[in-house]
Amino acid sequence: MELTDMTALELSEKIRGREISVKDAVTHCLANIEKSEDKINAFITIDKEGALKEAERVQEAIDDGSLTGLLAGVPVAVKDNMCTEGIKTTCASAILENFVPQYTSEAVLNLKKAGCVILGKTNMDEFAMGSTTETSHFGVTKNPWNTDHVPGGSSGGSAACVAAGEVFMALGSDTGGSIRQPASFCGVTGIKPTYGTVSRYGLIAYGSSLDQIGPLANNVSDAVHMLQAIASHDIKDSTSVKRDNYDFISALNGDVKGLRVGIPKDYFTDGLDSEVKQSVLDAAEKLKEQGAEVSEFDLSLTEYAIPAYYVIACAEASSNLARFDGVKYGHRAAEYEGLHNMYKKTRSEGFGAEVKRRIMLGSFVLSSGYYDAYYLKALRTKALIKKAFDRAFESYDVILAPAAPTTAMKLGESLSDPIQMYLGDIYTISVNLCGLPGMSVPCGKDSKGLPIGVQFISDIFREDNMIKAGYAYERARGEIEACPMRKAGE
Amino acid sequence: MAKQYETVIGLEVHVELATKTKIFCGCTTLFGGAPNTHTCPVCTGMPGSLPVLNKQVLDYAVAVGLALNCDITRYSKFDRKNYFYPDNPQDYQISQLYLPICRNGSVEIETGSGKKNVRIHEIHMEEDAGKLVHDEWTDTSLVDFNRSGVPLIEIVSEPDMRTADEVIAYLEKLRMTIQYLGASDCKLNEGSMRADVNLSVREVGAEAFGTRTEMKNLNSFKAIAHAIEGERARQIELIEEGKAVIQETRRWDDNKESSHSMRSKEDAQDYRYFPEPDLTPIVISDEYLEKIKSAQPEMQPQKIERYVSQYGIPKYDASIITGTKRMADFFEEVTAINNKPKKAANWLMTETLRLQKEKSMDADEIPFSAKNLASLIDLADEGTVNNTVAKEIFEKIFEEDVDPVSYVEEHGLKSVSDEGELSAILDEVIANNPQAVEDYRGGKKKAIGALVGQVMKATGGKANPAVINKLLMEKLN
Repeated sequence: MELTDMTALELSEKIRGREISVKDAVTHCLANIEKSEDKINAFITIDKEGALKEAERVQEAIDDGSLTGLLAGVPVAVKDNMCTEGIKTTCASAILENFVPQYTSEAVLNLKKAGCVILGKTNMDEFAMGSTTETSHFGVTKNPWNTDHVPGGSSGGSAACVAAGEVFMALGSDTGGSIRQPASFCGVTGIKPTYGTVSRYGLIAYGSSLDQIGPLANNVSDAVHMLQAIASHDIKDSTSVKRDNYDFISALNGDVKGLRVGIPKDYFTDGLDSEVKQSVLDAAEKLKEQGAEVSEFDLSLTEYAIPAYYVIACAEASSNLARFDGVKYGHRAAEYEGLHNMYKKTRSEGFGAEVKRRIMLGSFVLSSGYYDAYYLKALRTKALIKKAFDRAFESYDVILAPAAPTTAMKLGESLSDPIQMYLGDIYTISVNLCGLPGMSVPCGKDSKGLPIGVQFISDIFREDNMIKAGYAYERARGEIEACPMRKAGE
Repeated sequence: MAKQYETVIGLEVHVELATKTKIFCGCTTLFGGAPNTHTCPVCTGMPGSLPVLNKQVLDYAVAVGLALNCDITRYSKFDRKNYFYPDNPQDYQISQLYLPICRNGSVEIETGSGKKNVRIHEIHMEEDAGKLVHDEWTDTSLVDFNRSGVPLIEIVSEPDMRTADEVIAYLEKLRMTIQYLGASDCKLNEGSMRADVNLSVREVGAEAFGTRTEMKNLNSFKAIAHAIEGERARQIELIEEGKAVIQETRRWDDNKESSHSMRSKEDAQDYRYFPEPDLTPIVISDEYLEKIKSAQPEMQPQKIERYVSQYGIPKYDASIITGTKRMADFFEEVTAINNKPKKAANWLMTETLRLQKEKSMDADEIPFSAKNLASLIDLADEGTVNNTVAKEIFEKIFEEDVDPVSYVEEHGLKSVSDEGELSAILDEVIANNPQAVEDYRGGKKKAIGALVGQVMKATGGKANPAVINKLLMEKLN
């Protein structure tokens, strides 16, 4: 089997069986990066030297028997909003253009403990604000299936580099769909775990109450193994939850007999592209064939999720991004008169338009006299949406939905109309508001040849149901054509 | 006739808690240290860092709340107070606005005009900021984050005080209570206790409050008292002139003994408070509350009662030596050595307090050891030294913590009790002071004092007064 055709698990097995060296795997990926980066620009930083050095360390640990994990030796990438000691971490922003952290985020440390080798930091929407990876200060990332199209976002770089075969897996972060939507657009699997499952320590915050790190991979099994590697209870993150169990792998059993799958009718309305709709409903049919009990229901309150989300996320962002002020690190305006002017010029120069829009929106909804009307109302709305999901999970184990209303947009199509872009988050946002786990799995392509993803959502801490459904569906679906760029990579 | 005005005062008191580590990270709270050495990604606001509450902060805050008769909020939260300033690394301060940990408390204070209750509106927990250092030479400002994240509680009173005396009594009560709890050393001059004074005036009998100002930068009780008098006079003058008092924050200048405006209400920032999403709500269980309650130390009223019954000292003495926990502890230490409680209490109430005041020291600063005071009490008790000499030795103990036994040896301060030696001196004194002798014999009993004084003079103050008295009586009668 060629390296390109292998899953991450197959690669690691061969590495642990001494059939392939870690260095070979890393070199293979670095060569693919060399070939594809000109076309897709998935990376902000490629750490070739560091990766080759780390490959040696991992090889030694495998050779001396101290490293036996199922992902040992697998080359991976990390979204550029997770701190990596000694490696530039920019959040795709001019304001952090040359920022080198003093410490490594917990999720990345966990990944290193599992023996994964980090090849670089991936491109994203600036501070994870966007759905297309076009708001990056470091240029747009292009969809490897068709480079006239966006890869989705904000974890567009992570989704694209996995689809293109530049790495085997990547970490993304998901505040309102930022893992699941690009996974859908790039034809890969992406998981957003239950809030509190993966430590946020070292993840540069966008919306603290919504942010969650998760995996992007070429198949469900790889993604689930990566989730298992990064999930941990971390005392450095107060919102990290001590879960009863961290076993996600045993849900990879394909058994969906009797699994109750609900299809929210509210999600299959006018705004949904007909090809996407058909493809997602076909996926539901496949699950039914496997023995799942599939039925439709009314979720309700769907139209309130987007305004509630944008109020809460922007409010938190306006405060989270205050620290980028030119005093301690990152960009500082070259010339200024006094402190206030230094702040103003630094931040005016350092942030892009979408980030500024959300900071202003967030500052407005928190300002005195508007707090109750916007922020408090959004919190109440969030509580109502959570109740609607709680009700749904009384009757269903898994909710099946599209990951996005369309396939990947053309480059440059979305930015002119932010409202339209925000509306694209309709199927992913409620999951973040409610802290739920969600997973996007490739389920077909549209007539333009662009990938479509089906989303599985389960109740908090019940990733097992979501994984069962996703894995069973993937098996029933069968092999799908790999991204042409990945094949060309070999 | 001139109008009569009443001053209305409420206080916001910040107290730095005596935890070993900061409120949201593991960095030390030790004072000093080279700039930015007591720091980490959390207290310098590095991207991606997250706060974790130091449980000791909560323990102290709840203990203070209980001691000040507050309701403890069973579901409490932290909020972010957003404002830009370089000493504030995240550009927001983690504080409590909506659900502070303690509410609705009260303390009883006592002044010359009697007892009264001052109600406490709330107590909340928050983090301190760093420190800006301005370098005039290079015209730059530098920031030191060693203090960033040091835990504070802010105690907000209701506007229940009417005079500077009441304010001082309230602050002294807070300080004593918090010191008893060990929650802070509460030093105004070092900034571990800081008071902002909210003050307005109104005509006596008026119901509505006047417009208030807030006074900052008050570093001593003296400054607080002067600032209150000055601000009262300033506001009354404005009103008498028919001008309006402007709601503003004023800064007290201790050197000029006057205040100036820092910012008015119009310039007041919108802090855009919202619940801190990086910290989970604090839920206070019955068990936790019981644990803190049962760990509360003995406070002043109980101590006074115990001292009276256990040591048999007067209530007045007990109430003075329990004025600070440090002095009460010290008293118990001395008494444990030689079991002479009344004498120990005397030395603390009189000489110790006098010297502290003379040297402008805080009441909880006792710069000598219990052992040395105990030996001095014994020396005086045995008559080895007389009272005058004992007081001299005490000053030495207070200043240098000398061992009184060796000090007496080295300086030959033992009192002269030898009757033979004293008898000869007495004869001489009687011979040289015929007038005093005559007066005494003529019924002026007080004249004996002059004779005793002469004997003391002749012996360099070392004569044992009891022996002199006895001998004089024998010789004169």
